[in-house]
Amino acid sequence: MSRSFAFLPVAAFVLLALVMWRGLYLDSKELPSMLIDKPMPAFDLMTVDGNSVTNDSLPSEPFLLNVWGSYCLPCLVEHPTFMRLSESGEIPIVGVNYRDQKALALNWLEENGNPYVFSILDEPGRFGIDLGVYGAPETYLVDSEGVIRYRHVSVLDETVWREVFEPAIAELRAEEAK
Amino acid sequence: MKPHRRKKLGIILFITLGLSAAVGLTLYALQQNINMFFTPTQVAEGEVPDGQHFRIGGMVKDGSIAREEDSLSVSFVTTDFVSEVPIHYVGILPDLFREGQGIVAEGRVDPDGVFQASKVLAKHDENYMSPEVKAALDAAGTGAQGVMPSEGYKPSY
Amino acid sequence: MLPELGHFALILALCLCVLLGTFPLYGAASGNVRFMGLARPLVAGVFVFIGLAYVLLTYSFAVDDFSVTYIQQHSNSLLPFRYKLTAVWGGHEGSFLLWTFMLAGWMLAVAVFSRSMPLEFVARVLGVLGLLSVGYLLFMLATSNPFDRIVPLPPADGADLNSALQDFGFIVHPPTLYMGYVGFSVVFAFAMAALLSGRLDAAWARWCRPWANVAWAILTIGIALGSWWAYYELGWGGWWAWDPVENPPLITWLFGTALIHSLAVTEKRGIFKSWTVMLAILAFAGSLLGTFITRSGLLTSVHAFATDPERGVFILAILTLSVGGALLLFALRAPLLRGRFGFGILSREMLLLVNNLILVVSAASVFLGTLFPMVYQALTDDLISIGPPYFNAIFVPLMALLALVLGVGPISRWKKTSGRYLSTQLLWVGVISLGLGIALPLMITLEFGFGPTITIVLALWILLSAVRDIKNKVANKKTLSAGLASLPLSYYGMQLAHLGVATMIVGAALTSVYSTEKSVLLSPGERMNLGGYAFEFVGAKPITGPNFRGMEATLEVYRGEEFLRELHPERRLYLASGTPSTEMAIDAGFWRDLFVTLGEEKGAAAWSMTIYVKPFVRWVWLGAIFMCLGGVVAAGDKRYRRALEKHAVKKQAAAPADSVESVEVAAR
Repeated sequence: MSRSFAFLPVAAFVLLALVMWRGLYLDSKELPSMLIDKPMPAFDLMTVDGNSVTNDSLPSEPFLLNVWGSYCLPCLVEHPTFMRLSESGEIPIVGVNYRDQKALALNWLEENGNPYVFSILDEPGRFGIDLGVYGAPETYLVDSEGVIRYRHVSVLDETVWREVFEPAIAELRAEEAK
Repeated sequence: MKPHRRKKLGIILFITLGLSAAVGLTLYALQQNINMFFTPTQVAEGEVPDGQHFRIGGMVKDGSIAREEDSLSVSFVTTDFVSEVPIHYVGILPDLFREGQGIVAEGRVDPDGVFQASKVLAKHDENYMSPEVKAALDAAGTGAQGVMPSEGYKPSY
Repeated sequence: MLPELGHFALILALCLCVLLGTFPLYGAASGNVRFMGLARPLVAGVFVFIGLAYVLLTYSFAVDDFSVTYIQQHSNSLLPFRYKLTAVWGGHEGSFLLWTFMLAGWMLAVAVFSRSMPLEFVARVLGVLGLLSVGYLLFMLATSNPFDRIVPLPPADGADLNSALQDFGFIVHPPTLYMGYVGFSVVFAFAMAALLSGRLDAAWARWCRPWANVAWAILTIGIALGSWWAYYELGWGGWWAWDPVENPPLITWLFGTALIHSLAVTEKRGIFKSWTVMLAILAFAGSLLGTFITRSGLLTSVHAFATDPERGVFILAILTLSVGGALLLFALRAPLLRGRFGFGILSREMLLLVNNLILVVSAASVFLGTLFPMVYQALTDDLISIGPPYFNAIFVPLMALLALVLGVGPISRWKKTSGRYLSTQLLWVGVISLGLGIALPLMITLEFGFGPTITIVLALWILLSAVRDIKNKVANKKTLSAGLASLPLSYYGMQLAHLGVATMIVGAALTSVYSTEKSVLLSPGERMNLGGYAFEFVGAKPITGPNFRGMEATLEVYRGEEFLRELHPERRLYLASGTPSTEMAIDAGFWRDLFVTLGEEKGAAAWSMTIYVKPFVRWVWLGAIFMCLGGVVAAGDKRYRRALEKHAVKKQAAAPADSVESVEVAAR
């Protein structure tokens, strides 16, 4: 076996490792990601406390839109993060109470605390369908123009907050400051 | 050439031939068995060649599921919130199949524009909850409605 | 406090592994006996601390400590106790802890059962394994700590173990698979130690063989358990589905199988050395690749959303450093390991080479099919999938070819076998196999099928050539029993494993060809016929379990008019997670399985269900059991023990000198 021949496996492996590294960052597009960089769908709905809300009621700064439900156990996992965020006032959070019952939702907020500016009551799930929600929990980052900038599926815990949302929000704010 | 050398050459030749044949056959088989994946919008825009076998992925549209009472035939609409494609399937649907659920179906589009699925897979994520589940829990005493056998992906652990 | 203690134990284990990965290797390179001697005690320490972390995590599961994130996500207060104990490996973090613990266990085994190998060699093996553990522990502590807490507010209850995993298969399959997987790390370390020391000879192969055999046997049974579980778990595609999750173990297994054969040549004939080392690296790479694929979200699996590139990058780094480093070392050292090239075109060496080529090509084609969708997407941005037809088209003919060679291999001779010898030996074997192979399926099914015929011919070919070989071997002995007793265990191990191959071929092929299934809608009292059996639906009733509720149907099975048994398929809903699950009812048998899965209720008390009749499916796992036993029996051959004793004596004789030279003498 000649020497150069012996290096062939190394070369092949390096190539393979590069491809796999690239593969890690490929987007699995098997499920549609719809509304990124599109405005939030128009709505005219009630909140869980019984106030009427439309797109104009949304905060005029970047905010989080969190889809939750009283039936949703994983929501309890991310709840402390939202409580902390609302207490420190880092970013406003709007809730979407997805396919839940009003009484149960109010009870849940009473028990676990209410981090939301308001929670849109979406009992039939229409608004959720417009948003393209798969299920609770899900969190969107929306800019001051009401355009959805980022979507996070499943639990938003402190790690996700630190590693994904914090940088994304900082970037968004810097962009808007210009 | 020494006989010892010739033997060695023969063996190397044999290996090279065998390997090339294997590589050729493998690539041929690979090319024959590629399933493309399309979204409903790509299907609606006619990106899929006629009669091709492919996979389609999208959400099951709310209120679109129609089951026949006396057979295993099911129709529903899959959507990516831009375009919709009707799907027809005969058989038992996966455990996690329900409205608003992301699914992947395999099959081809018939002349009427209906996707005839030979296989329907439902995506599964344990961090998800939907209200049907809660409702099903409450109704569980009478037999859990909406519970179907699974045909999905293997879980990784 | 206990989870913090577990975390701390992992950090301590990491420190010890750093020591283990440096001092013994340095000692072996510089001839420092004291540094080499550190390897064994360090391994004991690593085992204790990783074991402690593992026990503490298990304990926290047992007492429902939901303040630990991992436990909150994978357990629930209602979860049955046996699953609480095993939910430790129900998710990424804990299963990786199990993986690391398994490696520590293997390391301890090497430390204990290597008394006779030269210290220098043991130090190198354990040092390489120590380096590997450093990578694993760093990965765990940096990205996947199972002891992380939920702060500040611990939830009241957990999200429950994935209901699809709440099954006996989950208790036995992952640990066995990991055990086999990780076992190939040991063989890898042996290969690295050989490259580092430049010592790669028959003695090395003899030390290495029992470890390779045992790792291979455990991996075999691990894969078989996974196959058995996937078979009765509806929707996992049956006993083999070419799923991206199940392909890497198969790739590892194929490389491992090639390795144990190549090791035989290296031990007996002192050739194929660099090839053997390459296979050890490839088998190990396969096992790491399996981890990489399931844990990085590289290939779409269930957790398509939960992809975490950071973890993937870390494992890829471990993969690159270990496998890339090994290949580099191989490139630098392998050219020095030339063996004499002395065997004929027709010889056992040549047949084993063909065996190796077939196995490696099979592994490569499975690998290609598994990773191709990703490569394709990277190049074209289009999503594709590769279905089972690809794998079957490649794999089935290759295995048929392998079975053909398998019949000739054991009966042929080293160095040179004459064609005439082989043809006299195998003529009748071939004729009988061909005759019976054509006749048997024809007589039973009354129709000719190409697949079944080939299958039976090949299975008989393997079986009868083995019988012929045994007959030759005992021919000169006085009595049959004396002859049989004189054959070494490794020979019996080989024949047993080959019998397993024949059995598995029959099972896999015939169940694919003869299985039937039918989806039907049945009202109470209705009957349907399938494959010679009648299934009568009696009715369905609600049931309640510890952490689920559901419906149970009753079916009566008849063969002709004779009542066979009742079957009770279920549909369950797991309360904590709300996930539905289907429990099929199986009537298992040596010749065939009957099974029924319950669909949904349609109209008045009518249920949809699917009924399957699967002939010979049990033979697949029976074959795996034979192979596993074969591997273990062969590893128990007294040749390996005797070699060890002889070495032990030599070492003792040299011991008084207790100097660098004595170690070097032993190393030569």
